[in-house]
Amino acid sequence: MSVTEMFSYIQGFLSADQDVREEIRKVVQGLEQTAREILTVLQSVHQPSGFKEIPSKCAKARELFCTVKTQIGDLKTKFPAEQYYRFHEHWRFVLQRLTFLAAFVVYLESENLVTREEVAQILGIEVVREKGFHLDVEDYLAGVLIMASELSRLAVNSVTAGDYNRPLRISNFINDLDSGFRLLNLKNDPLRKRYDGLKYDVKKIEEVVYDLSIRGLAKESESSGDK
Amino acid sequence: MNKRDGEGSSRKNADAAREQSISSSPVVAAFKVFQQELDTKHDKYERLVKISRDITIESKRTIFLLHRVTNVPNTEDVLKEADLKLEGVRQKIGQIAEELRGEDFYQFHRAFTPGIQEYVEAVSFSHYIRHRSLISLEEINARLVYMRAEGVDPKGSGEGVAPGAQVLTFHVTPSDYLLGVADLTGELMRMCISSVGNGDIDTPFQLSQFLRQIHDGFSYIGNTGPYEVSKKLHTLRQSLGKVEDACYTLRVRGSEIPKHMLADVFCSRTALLDPDEGVA
Repeated sequence: MSVTEMFSYIQGFLSADQDVREEIRKVVQGLEQTAREILTVLQSVHQPSGFKEIPSKCAKARELFCTVKTQIGDLKTKFPAEQYYRFHEHWRFVLQRLTFLAAFVVYLESENLVTREEVAQILGIEVVREKGFHLDVEDYLAGVLIMASELSRLAVNSVTAGDYNRPLRISNFINDLDSGFRLLNLKNDPLRKRYDGLKYDVKKIEEVVYDLSIRGLAKESESSGDK
Repeated sequence: MNKRDGEGSSRKNADAAREQSISSSPVVAAFKVFQQELDTKHDKYERLVKISRDITIESKRTIFLLHRVTNVPNTEDVLKEADLKLEGVRQKIGQIAEELRGEDFYQFHRAFTPGIQEYVEAVSFSHYIRHRSLISLEEINARLVYMRAEGVDPKGSGEGVAPGAQVLTFHVTPSDYLLGVADLTGELMRMCISSVGNGDIDTPFQLSQFLRQIHDGFSYIGNTGPYEVSKKLHTLRQSLGKVEDACYTLRVRGSEIPKHMLADVFCSRTALLDPDEGVA
C-alpha cells in the first residue's frame, strides 16, 4: 500500500467519524432543549406560589420526560452500541442535567434519593453497559450533586415561602447524601471537583436550620404537627 | 423521620440518628455499590497506564537501537535485536487486550494511547529501514493477535473463538496510527542527518522523498483529524525542511567534486559537518 493510499484510507475513516459526530450533535441539541424546558417547569417550585403546585409540576415534567425518551431512542441509532465511550463527551453534559432533573422530580414527589435504576427507567436507558446505551456511574453521581445545590436553594426559598419544615427534611437528606459521597474514593477528576462543592451546600442548609431553630420556628411547627 | 427532626435540638439524639443513618440508610448502601464500581474502574485504568508506560519505554529503546543501523556494518543483527524487543512490546499490548476484554475499548483509551503511539512509531521505523515503505494500519493490527490457550471463554465474546484456544485482538485506531506516523517523521529526520554524517549519499534523497509523501498525506488530512495532528504537522514541516536542506547541500557540494571522490569528501568532513547539521 502506498503512502498516498494509506492516507486516503485514514482520511475516509476520519470523515466518516466526523459525520457520526455531526449527527450526534444534532440530537443532543434537541435533548438540551427539552432539558431546559423541564428545568423551567421545575424552577417554579422556588416561587412562593409554586409550593402548592409541586405535584402538578412534577406531572408536567414527567410528561416532558417522554419526549426525552424518544430523543434518546433517536440518539441510540446514531452510532454502534459498543462505541458508547467513543462519543461519550457529546452527551455527557446533557445526561448529567437530565439525571439531575429526574432526581429532582423524584425528590419532590417522594423526598427520596432516586436510584440509578429509576433514572435509567425515566430516561429509557440501561443501567449496565452490556445492554446498550447506559447511564455511567459518574454521570449519575454528578447529576445527584447538581440536585444537592438545587436543594440548598430550595431550603432557603421554602423558608421565605413560610414552609419551615422542609429545610429540616432537606438537611437530613443532604447529610445522608454527604455521608454516602464520603464513602467514595474519588480521583482528581471533574466529579471530585463537583463533590468539593457539596460541603458548601451542606453548610448553607445547616445555616438555614440553625436560623430556624434559634427562633423556635422549626420546633413550633414541628411540635404542633406532633401533637 | 419527623420525630427525629423534632428532637434535632438535642445534640445527642441528632448524633445517634446520624450514626444510625450511616450504617443502615439505603442511600449509604447504594453508595457502597458505587464505591466498588468506581474503585474497580480506577484500578483498571491505573494498570493500563502502567502497561502503557512500559510500552513507551521499550519502544523508545527500540528506536534508539534502530538509529544505530546507520553506522554499523551489519544491519541485519540490529534489526533482529529490534524485532526481539518489539516482540516483547507486543506481549505487553497483549496484556492491554487482556484487560480490555469485555470492556468498552474507548472508555480506557486515554490510559494507553501514548504507549500505542510510541509502538506505532517504533514498528513503522523498523519497517521503513527494512522495506523503505510505510507500514499500513492493517499490517500493524495483523501482528496484534494473541492466542490464549485457556479453556472456554465464559462470556463467549464474538471474537471468533477457536476450539480450545481463544483469539484476542488489539486494534490500533486510525488516529493513534496517524499520530505515531507523525512521530516517525522526526526519527527519519534524525536518521537522515546521521547518514549524511556517515557519508551515505543515497539515503537522504530517499528519505526526503518519503517524508514529502507523508507530508502531502498529512496536508490532505488537514484539520479533519484529531486536534493533536495539527500540532504535529508543524513539527513535521520543520523536519522536512531540515531533510530538504541536507539534500540541497549534498547536491550543491556533490556537483563540485568528481563522483568517485564524493564519499571520501563526506567521510573526511564528517567530524566538522555532523554537529553543524545536527543543530540546523
